[in-house]
Amino acid sequence: MNLDLGESELAFRDKARAWLRAHVPAEPLPPTDSAEGFAARRAWEAELAAGRWSVVSWPEQFGGRGATLLEWVLFEEEYYRAGAPVRVAQNGISLLAPILFAHGTPQQQQRCLPRLADGTEIWAQCWSEPEAGSDLASLRSTAVRDEARGGWLLSGAKTWSSRAAFADRGFGLFRSDPEARRHSGLTYFLFPLDAEGLTVRPIPQLDGNPGFAELFFDEVFVPDEDVLGAPGDGWRVAMSTAGNERGLSLRSPGRFCAAADRLLHLWCERGASLPEARDRVADAWIAAEAYRLYTFGTVTKLAEGGEVGAEGSVNKLFWSQLDVGLHETALELLGPEAELRDAEGAWADGYLFSLGGPIYAGTNEIQRNIVAERLLGLPRGTR
Amino acid sequence: MRFALTEEQRAFAESLDDLLTAAEAPAAARAWGAGDTGPGLRLWGRLARLGLHALRLPEEYGGLGAGPVETVVAFERLGRHPAPGPYVESAVVAPVLLGVAGAPRFASPDALAEGREIVTFAAPPWTPLALDAEAASRVLVLDGHTLREAEVGAGRRSVDASRRLHEVAARGELGGVTARTAAAALDEAALACAAVLLGAGRRLLAEAVSYAGVRRQFGRAIGEYQALKHALADVRVGLDFAEPLLYRAALSLGEEAPEAARDVSAAKVAAAGAAHRAARTALQVHGAVGYTLEHDLGMWVTKVRALMGAWGTPAVHRSRVLAAVAPDAAVGRRD
Repeated sequence: MNLDLGESELAFRDKARAWLRAHVPAEPLPPTDSAEGFAARRAWEAELAAGRWSVVSWPEQFGGRGATLLEWVLFEEEYYRAGAPVRVAQNGISLLAPILFAHGTPQQQQRCLPRLADGTEIWAQCWSEPEAGSDLASLRSTAVRDEARGGWLLSGAKTWSSRAAFADRGFGLFRSDPEARRHSGLTYFLFPLDAEGLTVRPIPQLDGNPGFAELFFDEVFVPDEDVLGAPGDGWRVAMSTAGNERGLSLRSPGRFCAAADRLLHLWCERGASLPEARDRVADAWIAAEAYRLYTFGTVTKLAEGGEVGAEGSVNKLFWSQLDVGLHETALELLGPEAELRDAEGAWADGYLFSLGGPIYAGTNEIQRNIVAERLLGLPRGTR
Repeated sequence: MRFALTEEQRAFAESLDDLLTAAEAPAAARAWGAGDTGPGLRLWGRLARLGLHALRLPEEYGGLGAGPVETVVAFERLGRHPAPGPYVESAVVAPVLLGVAGAPRFASPDALAEGREIVTFAAPPWTPLALDAEAASRVLVLDGHTLREAEVGAGRRSVDASRRLHEVAARGELGGVTARTAAAALDEAALACAAVLLGAGRRLLAEAVSYAGVRRQFGRAIGEYQALKHALADVRVGLDFAEPLLYRAALSLGEEAPEAARDVSAAKVAAAGAAHRAARTALQVHGAVGYTLEHDLGMWVTKVRALMGAWGTPAVHRSRVLAAVAPDAAVGRRD
C-alpha cells in the first residue's frame, strides 16, 4: 500500500500545473448559466483543447492525452487548485463520452467526440420528465418508428435538463416500444436542440440563471445514425453513465480540497468572531481529505479490474453532504455578510450550487435505498 | 500509487477473524468484565502465537518488523470481536517504545512477542488511567518522554465493563525516549484505537443489518422500512470514508512524515464519529433487546463510547488537525 506518485505522474502533474498557471483567466468569468458566461466558457473549452487539456483521459486521436485514471485525478486537483472556470462541457465529458466510447459506432465517435472535446458542441443531458424524476424508469416520452425516413419521431417532455438553455445538442432516453414496461423498450437518442419540433424553455434556478430547461418534443425526427446502442437497449446503455455521474467523474476530489482550503483561509481570517465553528471547520477539512483518499482507493480498484457499481451511491451521498456542510460552515463564519452574493469568495453562490447536490444525479433518498438494498442486502420489500 | 491492502494483509485479517470467531471473544469479554481473566488470557496467548504481539517489534528484537498498516489491519479485526485486554498498550505502545536504540528495556522483547509479558501504560493527559492494570505484568507511566514505574491505585469503572481501568501514580524513572519516539507511540496508539472503532462500527452495522432482515413487525421485516434503510446506509457511508483516513495515517506514521500527527488525528476523529453513528443506529434498530446485557450488541455500543475518548478525545484530535492545516488561525487552539 502506498500513495507515492511515479516520475511520469509527477511530470504530468507539473506540466498541467504550469499550463493552468499560464492560462487560467485572472478574473472570474460571468455566471456559468448566463449567455455571456456560457460563451466565455465555450471559448475556455477551446483554449483547453488547444493545449490538449480538455479531455486528458481520452485517446490522443480524439484530442486527449491517453492519461491514466490517476493522472486524471491529478489533473483535476490542479484544475481546481488553480481556480479554473466551471466547465460547460462537463456533462458531455462525464456522461455522454463514456457511452460513446463503449457503445458508439466509429462514425458516431468521429462525428461527436472531437466537437465535444473542443467545445464546438456542448451537450445537455435529458433524463428527467415531469412525471419521472427519482422514478426515471417510468418515463413516458415516446419514439415512434418512421420507416420511410429511416429514423424515429420523438414526442413528449423532458425537464431539469442541465445546460440545455445554451447547449447545442442533447442526449436522453425515450420509450420506443409502447408495449414494454419500465426498463425495457427504451432507446438512447442524440439530437440537436434546434431540431424542428423541439422547443426549449429555459428555467431559472435559485441563483436566477437558467441552469436547466424544459424540453418539449413534437415529432422531432432523429435519423437511425443518431441512435446510441441498440434500439430498446437504452436503459442498460444509459446506466453506465449514471454510475459515472454518481461515482468518480462528476465530482472530482480536487473540487472539495480546493473548497476546504478556501474555508481554512476564511477560518484564519474570521475564526475569532465565531470560535464555536472550530469543530465544523476541522470536520470539513477531514471530510475533503477522506474524499480524496477514497478516490485513490477507487482508482486502485478500477486499475486492478474492479468495478464501482453501487458504491457509486456511497460516494454520491458523501460528496453531496460534504459540499453542503462545507458551505454552511463558511456562511456561518461570514456572519451577516453570508447572504451577500457580491461578497468576496462568492460563498453564497457556492452554497446555492451545493444545495443541488443532494437532488441531482439521483436524489440522496434513492441513493440510500441503493446502498441499503444492493450493498447492505436489506430486503427490497414495499416502500 | 496503490491504495489497497495486499493479499498477504487480507489473509492476515482473515486469520485473525477466524481465530477470534472460534474463540468466542464476546464470552471472554464478559468473563473479563466480571473479574475472570482466564478465557481472555487464553485468547491473548492464541493471538500472540498468531503473531499479533510481535507485529510491531523490529526483526532484530525477534519481532515481525511489520508497520503501522498492519496495526490498522489487526486492530480493525480486534474491533469486530471484543477481545479483552490491553492490546493497544502491549502490542503497539510497548513495541514502539522498545524498538528504538537506547530505549529503556522495561520488558524482554521475547516475552512481549510471546504474550508472556503484558504491559499497560497510563500516558497523561491523553490517557490518565491504566487499562487492565490487574491483568498486566508491568504497569508503566509514559510521562512526556520519560518512562516511569507506576504504583497502581484505585480501580475505576468504564461504561465498557471489559475495560478495567486503574488510577496510577508515577514513581521511579526507568529512562527516557526521544520526543519523536514518545510522539510516535502515542500516535500509533491513537491510530490502533481508531482501527478498533472502525472494526466495532463495521460489526455494529453487520449486526443491525442482520437483525433488520429477520425481525418482523406489522407483517414484514423491519429492514424493509425506509426509515431504517436510510439510517443504515448513512452508517455505511461514514465507515467507508473513515477507512482511507486510517490507512493514510498508517502510511504517514510508517514514513515518519511531518503530517503524521495531523493524519492520525483526522483518522481518530472520523473513526470515532462513524463508529458512534453505527452504535446509535444499531442500538435503535435492535430496540429494547439491544439495550439488555443479555444481548451482545451492548458490548460494542459501550466500547465505542469508551474508545471515543481514549488516546485523545475528538476535541484534542480536531485541535491537532486545525493546528496543522490552519496554523495562522487566531483562535481555535485547545491544548
